[in-house]
Amino acid sequence: MESEPVGGGDIVLSARDQSVSGAQGDVVLSAQRVSKSFGGVQVLFSVDFDLRRGEIHALMGENGAGKSTLVKVLSGFEQPTSGEILLDGKPVKLPPNGAAEALGIVVIHQEFNLAEHLTVTESLFLAREVAHFGLLDRKYMRRETRRVLDMLGSHISENAVIGSLTVADKQMVEIAKAISRDARIVFMDEPTAVLSRGETEALFKQVRKLRDLGTSFVFVSHKLDEVTELSDRVTVLRDGQWVKTAPTALLDGESIAQLMVGRELSSLYPQKSEPNVDEARVLSVVGLNTAHVRDAHFDLRRGEILGFSGMIGSGRSELMEAIAGLYPRVSGEVRIGDQLMPPGDIQATKAAGLAYMTKDRKSKGLLLGSDMTSNLTLQSLDQHGRFGYLSPASERKALARARRRFDIRVRDASVVAGRMSGGNQQKLLLAKVMEITPKILIIDEPTRGIDVGTKQQIYHFIAALAREGCSIIVVSSEMPEIIGLCTRIVVMRAGRIVGVLEGDEINEQEIMRYSAGLKQKAVA
Amino acid sequence: MGANVTTEDQAEPKRRWQDVDLRAVAPFVALALLLLLGAMVNSNFISLNNLANVATRSAFIALIAVGATFVISSGDLDLSVGSMVAFVASLMILFMNSNAIADPGMMIAAAMLLALVVGALCGLANGLITTVGKIEPFIATLGTMGIYRGLTTWLSQGGAITLQSAEQQDLYRPAYFGVILGVPVPIIVVLAVTSVAAFVLYRMRYGRHVVAVGSNPNVARYSGIKVDRVRTTAFVIQGVCVAIAVMLYVPRLGSTSATTGILWELQAITAVVIGGTALKGGASRVWGTICGAFILELVGNIMLLSNFISEYLIGAIQGAIIIIAMLVQRSLVRKS
Ligand SMILES: Nc1ncnc2c1ncn2[C@@H]1O[C@H](COP(=O)(O)OP(=O)(O)OP(=O)(O)O)[C@@H](O)[C@H]1O
Ligand SMILES: [Mg+2]
Repeated sequence: MESEPVGGGDIVLSARDQSVSGAQGDVVLSAQRVSKSFGGVQVLFSVDFDLRRGEIHALMGENGAGKSTLVKVLSGFEQPTSGEILLDGKPVKLPPNGAAEALGIVVIHQEFNLAEHLTVTESLFLAREVAHFGLLDRKYMRRETRRVLDMLGSHISENAVIGSLTVADKQMVEIAKAISRDARIVFMDEPTAVLSRGETEALFKQVRKLRDLGTSFVFVSHKLDEVTELSDRVTVLRDGQWVKTAPTALLDGESIAQLMVGRELSSLYPQKSEPNVDEARVLSVVGLNTAHVRDAHFDLRRGEILGFSGMIGSGRSELMEAIAGLYPRVSGEVRIGDQLMPPGDIQATKAAGLAYMTKDRKSKGLLLGSDMTSNLTLQSLDQHGRFGYLSPASERKALARARRRFDIRVRDASVVAGRMSGGNQQKLLLAKVMEITPKILIIDEPTRGIDVGTKQQIYHFIAALAREGCSIIVVSSEMPEIIGLCTRIVVMRAGRIVGVLEGDEINEQEIMRYSAGLKQKAVA
Repeated sequence: MGANVTTEDQAEPKRRWQDVDLRAVAPFVALALLLLLGAMVNSNFISLNNLANVATRSAFIALIAVGATFVISSGDLDLSVGSMVAFVASLMILFMNSNAIADPGMMIAAAMLLALVVGALCGLANGLITTVGKIEPFIATLGTMGIYRGLTTWLSQGGAITLQSAEQQDLYRPAYFGVILGVPVPIIVVLAVTSVAAFVLYRMRYGRHVVAVGSNPNVARYSGIKVDRVRTTAFVIQGVCVAIAVMLYVPRLGSTSATTGILWELQAITAVVIGGTALKGGASRVWGTICGAFILELVGNIMLLSNFISEYLIGAIQGAIIIIAMLVQRSLVRKS
């Protein structure tokens, strides 16, 4: 399987050409013709990559292109099947399981690697606890943890137990852990996928500061604006092959996207179509209170795409989970059609045609150790046989259908969900939720970790669903997505609905004003 | 199948040998190695007669372990099964001795039914304590283990409970000692129960739910699965399996005491683990489980037939086996 870069004949600034130019730092880590196979499946094809001292190098590519795999190979978590890795110009065999940390190489994984029952401080100092004569210096460790967290602008308590944190906070701890380890080389695999804008900015500030001190970063993200903003150079992979390496200044978001998908992208967002004013109300929420959410009121009409915006922690997910019957309600009413929903009863809401897609796909969405079929049909086993019997043929059909409909790409169809690329896991989760053909679909962060091409597919899919009469609630922290998709946007702040925007009011400034608490209007 | 399968999917069924799950075949490889070892130790060992005997003797543990496969796959643990055997068997014999029904055949049938009901209820109690009471299964069943054992001691007043009617005994004997078409009844029962269990686990909705709950209860809950009901049902299935084991146990000895079934929970769990089911839940291998039960009994048999290891060491060997099984399991996970 010898392969040439598929970049084509245009002016390609190859990795090797550049390092001779010498204008910038020397190469600290490089991959030379690295290939990687899992079982019989080849994932990386003779990839070249180099990382200079004091640079931020973005690694781009579609879901399943092999970015995470390359990161793992370069950090010792996986060994290359062939090819060489050079550290400071000398060939090395990186030690496995994170032992490369001793060489100054740390990884912020796309999948979290935190022990759920430790505190934040304990996680940060795991395996390098500070002790005097065997006695732990807890006070010092707590202070250090606080310092790093403050540096990142994070409000998480240093004594909080990991298991009690939100996904975003866990990600922050993971970042703090990497940054606190005086690394020379830091790999960040989609660190910002779950972060709010403020958190992202605080992170970038630290990254730039460390870069100027000589630390090198490899940055994987599907957010093109972040990549163009932060990185010094970009390398694009497509289908496991190296396509191009170039200074970021010579590229823009558009051209990176094109390199990734290998074709031109038409408009990202579909045509908006507003539902008729006299469309039936399919969901109404009245005076809903939960532990954190206060007095939520809103309606959803047939065929509507309603957006929920707000800062992380503003209570959007809690509200949605309470509506879906997954989170306890304190008071209030939820009606689907004209049927009153009992609190905390997910079976009832499911039977009434409501489906909820969690944003926490690792711990609430997918069975990572099971294959695609078991995951896909888990919620809808009734459809695949009678009297509790399951028909394998019917399940196989469902999988084939879902893979076509959602373009789920795996090289080996029997792969367990935990081994699929992040984006393809997300598509599988969406497919799973859609198996019950819901009338009301609540999607929490629909495109987390998804590449631009697939994003476009998902947006068009959501729009098409709405046109067919399905009602959709999109909860998202990505403002362009919510603005591009929704005809009405609810903004939440600190557990309350503080504004509902329609028509011309829908723009970033306005949403920001509401979610930052600068503006508020009485909501009917 | 056929028509709707896309082109990519047609390539799927072809299996490369790397695809074979090592953890699923490991117990059978171990079994083959043991048979080889036994044949070298003693030429009588490999005779069909001896092996049938061993299999028959492993039936109790095999049956209990089939139930334990459900409980463990759903992420729980049941330590009370040994005491439950003693308790259910004692009640069964006491009922048969009561002569409440004149016809001995009817009496035995009624007693078997009683065993099933009591077994299911004992399992239900375990299930409700862990799910509704929200007590760790380890602690909950440690408690009921004491309770069932204590009740047995009280019922027997510290002594033995023995089946009195010779007529009943003669009638019931074939349930353990009988042979159908050359195959001992207990082996047939084990194969039948395991087949049903395999069908439930791999071909029915409930089995899928068990695995989902065992591998991640949160995902199961978010998928609309009634997690507590699935877990409780697994405990009930365990109780029923214990009852079936008791139905074979009573005709064998016709007697129980406070020491009946001691340490059987350890053996059942060992069988499940040897069989390749993950102790932390989420993967169930019920055929592996009965293979595990057979291996445990075989090891004892080999030790008995060979004269270089004392059979008093049997407990120690079994303890070592569970540890080795876990080590092998883990190393196989890492490789795949
Ligand atoms: N341990 C593994 N065993 C088998 N296949 C694997 C394994 N790890 C990754 N793969 C496969 O390798 C391919 C590349 O995966 P990788 O995670 O590197 O993609 P990615 O570029 O990071 O995608 P994403 O943007 O979705 O995170 C995928 O098809 C994936 O299924
Ligand atoms: Mg990835």
